[in-house]
Amino acid sequence: MTTSVSDPSQKHQRREHGLMLALVSPALLVILALIALPVGWLAWQSIYHDGFTLENYRRVFTEDIYWRSFALTFEISLAVTLIALLLGYPVAYLANSLPKGWSILILSLVVLPFWTSVLVRAYAWLALLQRTGVINQFLRYLDVISEPLPLVHNTFGTVVATVHILLPFMVLPLYAAMQKIPNDLMQAGASLGASPSVTFFRVFLPLSLPGVLAGCTMVFVLCLGFYITPELLGGGRTVMVSMLVSRNVELYNQFGAASAVAVVLLLSVLVIFFAVSRFISLDRVLGQK
Amino acid sequence: MTTKRNSGFCYALLGASISAVALGTAANAAEQITFVSQGGAYQQAQTVAILDPSAKKLGITINQDSIPDAWPAIKTQVGSGKPIWDVVDTPTGYCLRGGEQGLIEKLDFSKIPNTAAMPEAYRSPYSVSYEFYSSVLAYSQKTFPKDAPNNWVDFWDVKKFPGRRALRNHPIATLEAALMADGVAPDKLYPLDVDRAFKKLEEIKPYITVWWTSGAQSAQLLNDGEVDMEMAWNGRVSAVAKEGAKVSFTYNQGILQSTSLCILKGAPNLGTAVKFINEAVDPVHQANLPLNIDYGPGNPKAFETGVIKPERAAQLPSEPANAAKQALMSYAWWSSPAGEAAEKRWASFMQK
Repeated sequence: MTTSVSDPSQKHQRREHGLMLALVSPALLVILALIALPVGWLAWQSIYHDGFTLENYRRVFTEDIYWRSFALTFEISLAVTLIALLLGYPVAYLANSLPKGWSILILSLVVLPFWTSVLVRAYAWLALLQRTGVINQFLRYLDVISEPLPLVHNTFGTVVATVHILLPFMVLPLYAAMQKIPNDLMQAGASLGASPSVTFFRVFLPLSLPGVLAGCTMVFVLCLGFYITPELLGGGRTVMVSMLVSRNVELYNQFGAASAVAVVLLLSVLVIFFAVSRFISLDRVLGQK
Repeated sequence: MTTKRNSGFCYALLGASISAVALGTAANAAEQITFVSQGGAYQQAQTVAILDPSAKKLGITINQDSIPDAWPAIKTQVGSGKPIWDVVDTPTGYCLRGGEQGLIEKLDFSKIPNTAAMPEAYRSPYSVSYEFYSSVLAYSQKTFPKDAPNNWVDFWDVKKFPGRRALRNHPIATLEAALMADGVAPDKLYPLDVDRAFKKLEEIKPYITVWWTSGAQSAQLLNDGEVDMEMAWNGRVSAVAKEGAKVSFTYNQGILQSTSLCILKGAPNLGTAVKFINEAVDPVHQANLPLNIDYGPGNPKAFETGVIKPERAAQLPSEPANAAKQALMSYAWWSSPAGEAAEKRWASFMQK
């Protein structure tokens, strides 16, 4: 029993843990000061305004505009996630299977849009999608359509631009997961007589599923809080939860009414993370282990 | 763009600069105030037309600050018990709401003689109109080279005036337009019949392509031909027209809106602030404002000074003949419980 205390390797390990904690403590302090405290303060305001009150939550759970916004937000997030997966998987697959030089090029192209602001990208989509935009002009020039298509100022435009912004968050985890699949396994499958499509569906795809789950969780959760694209491209009708937050500040002149909405959204994100963690270690979603 | 500073940082900076100024000028004890507006070209125009001349004439120092939305800052500053700002130029509704909530000083109009000639409706116990803008019906001249829509009844008439439409994603001024479309006279709008307004809005809703949220967006919609007609602020439309877009607007049935000057409760330089307000609505200073930007003077006496040429006056929202065609926004109604309820109802209307 007492041997464990004097075990030199454990002692060393404990010392290392202590050192690690000391090293991360500045970062932890920053997070505590800039995230935990303000969020906690906002959450407190949602239940305390001249006394304890649940009025803000009663409103969120009884007025149907909140229910509609939450439903729409989840629908949009689901659609964005599925489209991002369908678009992102082949890109990650290609980057994974091509030689190093090509894969670096592909990944750079995926990450490149990060260098421009979300606002600029949203306006770029406006220039492409609007009635007199590039796409409608081109289709009319080709005589494919006689009337401009309603591509923007609606949910469609919002989804398109959001997919564009969130695509890297799908491709990168997918690529990381694919990198870890040993190539030998595919060769083994082929040597046993499986066609390329069979090896893909029975070997590669199942092994890449952790990456799929990680990418989908990232995209879905990030999308739940999107503000700029629905605000600029949604035409005013696409009211996502984040917009209710800002609207409530204006409407009720107190932060509590807004932070109650944010708290409910935060809790639903935590529930999603918890559900996902039942299937996959969160390390794999958040970091690449 | 430099005006969109972090407000917390701003206060700190402002506090530091004020104490620096106080230390440096303690000897000659020059009077000073801190004046806050919304920044950008608008505040620049005021500086040239009103602020610098007023400072010179009164022999005071006017420290400027700017913030796009002053309301939260007013609440925080007065709540802290030691406000830094003195005079704020903000949408009139905030002055009224602030007055009701004890955040804004009541004005002693005997000390503000320049307001005597202003119409009763242009002031409140807490505020004086500073400048006017208007929510107007704007349209594309490409779509309507002649027989353009001329009032809200036309805007609602999708058969006679086919085309894509946009309205502001906000009940203020939009409910007024709906009621005028339903035949209510511009001077008989208040108190608004909210049910009737929303019913009328349901009618046009399927034909509204975009519910815009920012002035820049409304300008872009018209400029790019994304919509054929919309409600927009006159200054935005004239700016687009000046750049060569074929767009125009009518003041007919426009909704005349204003920002006002008001003083924070417990302002550090109350006496000087009142003096400044009187000077700021002086007809000549006021007349100089529209020479620098497309907003109308808050004091109609400005039109009698001869500073504003008749052809310029005809373009301005508060020019008496233009004002007569419009509905004057009642901020008192919008800050009443009925107005606040109407504002809350907007969200559920939009999402249905």
